[in-house]
Amino acid sequence: MTKVATPPKKSSGKGAQGGGRRGGGRQEWSPEKASAYWKRNLRLIGVLLAIWFVVSYLLGLILANMLYGVRIGQLPMSFWFAQQGAIFVFVILIFVYCWLMDRIDKEFDVHE
Amino acid sequence: MSDVQLWTYIVVAITFAFYIWIGYTNRVRDTKGFYVAGQGVPAVANGAATAADWMSAASFISMAGLISTMGFDGAIYLLGWTGGYVLLALLLAPYLRKFGKYTVPDFVGDRYYSQTARLIAAIATIVVSLTYVAGQMRGVGIVFSRFVGLPIEWGVVVGMAIVAFFAMLGGMKGITWTQVAQYAVLIVAYLIPAVAIGVVLTGNPIPQLSFTFSDIVPRLNAVQIDLGFKEYTQPFQSKTQLDVLAITIALMVGTAGLPHVITRFYTTPTVRAARYSAGWALLFIALLYTTAPAIAAFARYNLIDTLQNATVANVIEGEKQNIYELVYPDGTPVTWATSWQRTGLLAFYDKNGDGKIELRPGAAFQGRNFKAPTDGPNEVFFDNDIIVLANPEIAQLAPIVIALVAAGGLAAALSTASGLLLAMSSAVSHDIYYRILRPTATERQRMIAGRTMILIAILFAGYFGINPPGFVSQVVAMAFGLAAASNFPAILLGIFDKRANTAGAIWGMSVGLVFTLAMILMMKSNVIFGTPAPLLNDFMGISAEGIGTIGMILNFVVAFVVSRMTAPPPQEIQELVESVRIPRGAQVVEGAH
Repeated sequence: MTKVATPPKKSSGKGAQGGGRRGGGRQEWSPEKASAYWKRNLRLIGVLLAIWFVVSYLLGLILANMLYGVRIGQLPMSFWFAQQGAIFVFVILIFVYCWLMDRIDKEFDVHE
Repeated sequence: MSDVQLWTYIVVAITFAFYIWIGYTNRVRDTKGFYVAGQGVPAVANGAATAADWMSAASFISMAGLISTMGFDGAIYLLGWTGGYVLLALLLAPYLRKFGKYTVPDFVGDRYYSQTARLIAAIATIVVSLTYVAGQMRGVGIVFSRFVGLPIEWGVVVGMAIVAFFAMLGGMKGITWTQVAQYAVLIVAYLIPAVAIGVVLTGNPIPQLSFTFSDIVPRLNAVQIDLGFKEYTQPFQSKTQLDVLAITIALMVGTAGLPHVITRFYTTPTVRAARYSAGWALLFIALLYTTAPAIAAFARYNLIDTLQNATVANVIEGEKQNIYELVYPDGTPVTWATSWQRTGLLAFYDKNGDGKIELRPGAAFQGRNFKAPTDGPNEVFFDNDIIVLANPEIAQLAPIVIALVAAGGLAAALSTASGLLLAMSSAVSHDIYYRILRPTATERQRMIAGRTMILIAILFAGYFGINPPGFVSQVVAMAFGLAAASNFPAILLGIFDKRANTAGAIWGMSVGLVFTLAMILMMKSNVIFGTPAPLLNDFMGISAEGIGTIGMILNFVVAFVVSRMTAPPPQEIQELVESVRIPRGAQVVEGAH
C-alpha cells in the first residue's frame, strides 16, 4: 500500500492545533467539533437533495400525468419542470450550497 | 467554392490556430501540471472547461434533434445530463479536491488501501472513456465532411493531430485552457442560431422565454394532433414511465461518476473553488441545455409548417434518392430543404403524387433506402442531426453563422475527446504504471509515460473514429450506466461511510460492473454479436440505457453489507476520511506524493 496523505490536523488528540498556515488565533479542534461540522454539512446536503428530487423526479416525472393539466406559461407544468424548471433549480441549488458552506466553514473555522 | 465553405475554412482555421497557440503557451514540465494543471485553475475557468469537457458532439449536434422527435421524453437527457452536477457538487467534488491526488483510481486505491480496488477503478475508467471517445472522433470527422467537404477519414486525422499537439505538450493544463476557449466558441455557435430562429418564429429573442410564454408549443401540439401524432408535450410516448425514471437516474449518477469530469475538480486551487466550479460548470451547461428544448420545439414546428405550406415544384432523379425542390406559397424556393436532401440526412417521397410532402407517424422508407418507400402515409425521413445543423439556413442567417456552427461542433467534439483521452491515458500511465507497477519511477519517466500513453490513446481513438464498429452509437449512452454502477458508489461510500472497507468496495464495484455489462451485452446482442434478436428485451421493464441504475443499487447494497461483515478499515484510513471531510489544508497533500 502506498502512503496516505496525512492531514494537517487529526480528529484524534485533544487540542491539536488546527491549520498552521496562518498561525495563531485558531479555535481548538476536537472530535466533537468535527462531528458537529459534519452533521451540519449532512443536514444541508439532505435538504438540498430533497429539493433536487422534488423538482426533477417528483414534479417532472413521477407526477407527470397528474400535473399535465396545470400550466406554467403556455406549457404543462410537468413538461416545464422536466425540460426547463428543474435545470434552473439545479444551478441555484449548487450556488446555495457553496454560499451556505462558506458560512458554515467560517463558523467552524475550517475555511481555507 | 461556396461562400459557406469559404467562411467555414476561415473560421475553423482561426479557431484551430487559437487552440494550438493556447496549447503551446500552456505546455508543462512536471506531472502535477500534466495531470491536474498544477491545481491552479480558478473556479470560473474550471467551470467553463468542465462544461466544454462535458458537452460532446452529441450534446451540440444531436440532442435537440432527439428531443424534437421524443417530445416530453427528451427530458431523460435534459435532466439526466444536468442533475448529476448537483450530486457532484454536494457529494463528491469538494472531498475529492481535499484528497488532492490526480485521478479517480488514486482515491479508490488509497481510500480502500488496495491495489486490486485501484486496478478495478482504473479498468472501469478505461472502459467508460473508451466507449465514449470513439464517438467523439467520429463526430469530428462528420463535422469536417459536412461543412468543409473533407472525407471523414481526413477529418478524423486532422482532429487527432490537433488534440495530440495540445494534450501531449500541455497535459491537463493545455487541455483546460483550450477547453475554456472551446466553450466560448461552442456556446456562441449554439446561441446565435437559436436566438435568430426564435425571433423569426415568435419575435422574442430569448429562447427560454418564448418557449415557455409564446403560443409556439400549443400551436405545435395542435398541429401534431392534426397530423395523427400525440401532443408534443404528452409524457411517456416513446418510453414507459419506469424506464424514463431509470434512464434519468443512470444518466445523472453516471455523469457524477465519469472519470474525465471528476478529474476536473482536482485542478482547482481550493476545496471552496471546487464547489463553486461545479456551480459555474452547471450554469454554463444550463445555457445550452435550456436552449436545446426550445430549438427542438421551434425546429419541429418550422419543419411541419414549411412542409404543410410548400408544394413540390420539381423532382430531380438522383442515384440514391430523388431530390424534391419545394416552393413556399409565394413561389420562393425552400433552399435548405434542397441542400439538406443532398447530404442524405433528409429525404422525401411524394407517395400519393399530390404535389405535397406529408409528415405523418411511422417510417417513410425501408431503412435508409430512399428509393424504397414503405406503404405507410409518412413521406418524410429526417436525421435528428439536421434540427441543429440546418437551423441557421432555416432562419436564413449569414454564411459566417453557418461556419460558426461548424466550428462549434468541432469545439464540442475536440474538447470532450481531449478530456477523455487524458482520463484514459492517466489511468494507464499514472494508476497502473506508476502507482501499481513502478512506484519507483522518476518524474521524468512518468512524464514520458504520460505523453506516450496520450499518443497511444489518440491513435486508438482515431482508429475507431475511422473504422467505427457498428455498435458504437448504440453503446455510447451505456458508458453512463457503467460509470454509475462502478465508480460512483465506491467514491460516495469512501467519503460518507467510514466503515466501508476493501472487501466491500471490491465486491460492490465488481458486482455492479459485471451485472451492468452483462445486461447491456444481452439486451444489445443483436447489434454487438449479431444474434437475430436481443437475448433479453428488458430487465423488469428497464432498458439497456437505464440498467446502470440497478447496477448502482446492487453496488451500494453489496458494498454496504460486505463492509459490515468484514473487518473495519485501519485507523489511518479513518483519519484520511476525517481529513477529506474538512476543507482546510487542501494543499498539503502534494508533499505526500
